[in-house]
Amino acid sequence: MSDILKYFTVKEMKKSLVMSLWFMILTFPIMVIKVNTIEDTVVWRWGNLIGIGIGAFFMSTLWRYLLERKNMQSPLSDKKTLQIRVMDWANENPKAKTTALIAVGAFMAAFPFLTSMYQTSIMTTALMYIVLGLGLNIVVGLGGLLHLGYAAFYAVGAYTYALLNYHFGLSFWICLPIGAGLATVMGILLAIPVLRLRGDYLAIVTLGFGEVIRIILENWNDFSFGPSGIANIPRPGFFGMSMKLQTATIYIYFIMIAMVIFTIFVVRRLENSRMGRAWIAMREDEIASESMGIDITKSKITTFALGAFWAGMVGVIFAAKTTFINPASFTLWESVMILCVVVIGGMGSIFGVVIGALILILLPEYLRAFSEYRMLMFGAILVIMMVFRPGGIISNIRKKYKFEPTQNSAESSKEGV
Amino acid sequence: MAPILETKNLTMQFGGLTAVDNINFKVNSGEIVALIGPNGAGKTTFFNCVTGVYTPTSGDIFIAPNKTSPQRINGLKPNKVTEKGLARTFQNIRLFQNMTVLENVMIGRHIKLKSGLLGAIFRPKATMDEEQKVIQDSYDILTELGLEQYVNELAKNLPYGAQRRLEIARAMGTEPALLLLDEPAAGMNPQETKELDEMIVKIRDVNKISILLIEHDMSLVMSISEKIFVVDYGKLIAEGSPDEIKQNPDVIKAYLGDEDA
Ligand SMILES: Nc1ncnc2c1ncn2[C@@H]1O[C@H](COP(=O)(O)OP(=O)(O)OP(=O)(O)O)[C@@H](O)[C@H]1O
Ligand SMILES: [Mg+2]
Repeated sequence: MSDILKYFTVKEMKKSLVMSLWFMILTFPIMVIKVNTIEDTVVWRWGNLIGIGIGAFFMSTLWRYLLERKNMQSPLSDKKTLQIRVMDWANENPKAKTTALIAVGAFMAAFPFLTSMYQTSIMTTALMYIVLGLGLNIVVGLGGLLHLGYAAFYAVGAYTYALLNYHFGLSFWICLPIGAGLATVMGILLAIPVLRLRGDYLAIVTLGFGEVIRIILENWNDFSFGPSGIANIPRPGFFGMSMKLQTATIYIYFIMIAMVIFTIFVVRRLENSRMGRAWIAMREDEIASESMGIDITKSKITTFALGAFWAGMVGVIFAAKTTFINPASFTLWESVMILCVVVIGGMGSIFGVVIGALILILLPEYLRAFSEYRMLMFGAILVIMMVFRPGGIISNIRKKYKFEPTQNSAESSKEGV
Repeated sequence: MAPILETKNLTMQFGGLTAVDNINFKVNSGEIVALIGPNGAGKTTFFNCVTGVYTPTSGDIFIAPNKTSPQRINGLKPNKVTEKGLARTFQNIRLFQNMTVLENVMIGRHIKLKSGLLGAIFRPKATMDEEQKVIQDSYDILTELGLEQYVNELAKNLPYGAQRRLEIARAMGTEPALLLLDEPAAGMNPQETKELDEMIVKIRDVNKISILLIEHDMSLVMSISEKIFVVDYGKLIAEGSPDEIKQNPDVIKAYLGDEDA
């Protein structure tokens, strides 16, 4: 606490003062001047100006204090982060870990029966974003390829179900693998032309791809019914039983729970496999990984294909959940939202993505009062994250292997999250 | 027996600049060969051509690893070249920073493994055995290079000298017939350089890997290499044993003309 005092020296105060003055000028037109168009008068809200000045002054001081504290930590220091301490503790107490898992499982299983249909529906959406996030995480977090057109694959899944059902009456369960499969094929088709691109260029091309798909859906009326979309998409069936809306909502919730478990299971296995390691190596250094014998072409195609697979699958579920789809659900904003789940949660970390999805989807729902400032808060959170925790809320910790120092036999142990 | 690596009239141009100019070069199996020359002479570019990072403008590159007959490798992708038995390190360290030391070597072993997508998901016994084996093999390589205390550290947290050695360990994971080292001693202190010296000789003698190294540290070059090639402005200006090179007037001129000689 004493070291925070050194931020109240004259020099530091000056910096904060300049900052607050700057903010006062910047926000002057919107926060102070208000034109009353009815009476044609200008209202000067000087109180706001003072508030902003004082607020900016303290925020600026706090900001520099936190930044300084962050820079003091050397990367080699043995000081363990809270995350690592929690993980170590969990590994030492397997019983506690199991208990916690069972508690979370029980809570999730009981959730739809404890809360309203509305809450269940929101939680289902959050679960969908978990799977979408985990899928995109394969491309962005593990493969290191900035992908801004992810919503297109989501759209492919949704339209696959909607159209196949409309024209041929195919059921949800048949369309689920078909939607996932078609999205995977689209993933491969996108991967081939962008093989040579990386970084910003890749981001721009994938962004373009996402928009192209959306614009096609919007304009090709004969195929996709344009902006008016497709309505009356049936909810998932259960051996032909008809369900009330409430039962159906709960049913989809549990389908999503199963899907989340399935996704986590697969992604966990992938990330510590030969293939997953190759993706991470590609993310770390393309030239070096290629020189170590990794086929970059293959790695890029597999990340795009597998990423798209999950989006296609969730797309089918999305169509079945909302029973109505149109291109407006698959805009760039959707792709950005999923990317935020990955980046804020923690790139490359499964647990991080889960947390990210829950925060980004549930918080705005429960903080309705702030919904107007949603975009503003997203922006602020992203900037703060990039500065203070570039690895995301939960950073990716690589699996550690245990070795008997004297013996030749290796014993691997799972410690990754 | 055919040389393990041979280039004929190898040329690499960047626009108007000829970085590698008509080089005829040869490494025989079991040799330690050094490639030296002033800064900007084109040594790294030569490596990049041989390992497939660049496609040479003209000329031929032949390799004949493990007593096979020579094959031309111009234009092959780096990963294909590595599969054929050439592995390299980088002058400006290019480790997989956020992977553990063990994982870095495991990536080196990638081409020796088979499991794919289905193996990763269903984990059949074959995959599990393969994983177990790659962990052990990688650990053994780390032990050989004296890096075993860092197994689970992230590569970026290693001291500089250890990072250089890890580059070698990772390349050795690919089980190369020829190892190309680009300034392995750069930034090392004399003690570390001496250890590296012994390590390189050991890799050749015990692992039976031929070695081609680029190096500015003359004591290291003169003490371990059997043959030295000297390039200047992309051209080969001398080749021979260390003693011959020391006396070669062209080499002396190239180095004295250069400020840091
Ligand atoms: N990708 C490239 N594009 C254009 N010019 C290049 C490229 N790579 C290298 N060069 C040029 O080729 C010449 C040889 O560079 P190279 O890196 O091969 O030298 P070097 O012998 O490895 O030097 P050093 O001892 O400093 O590592 C230099 O003039 C360099 O600027
Ligand atoms: Mg060089």
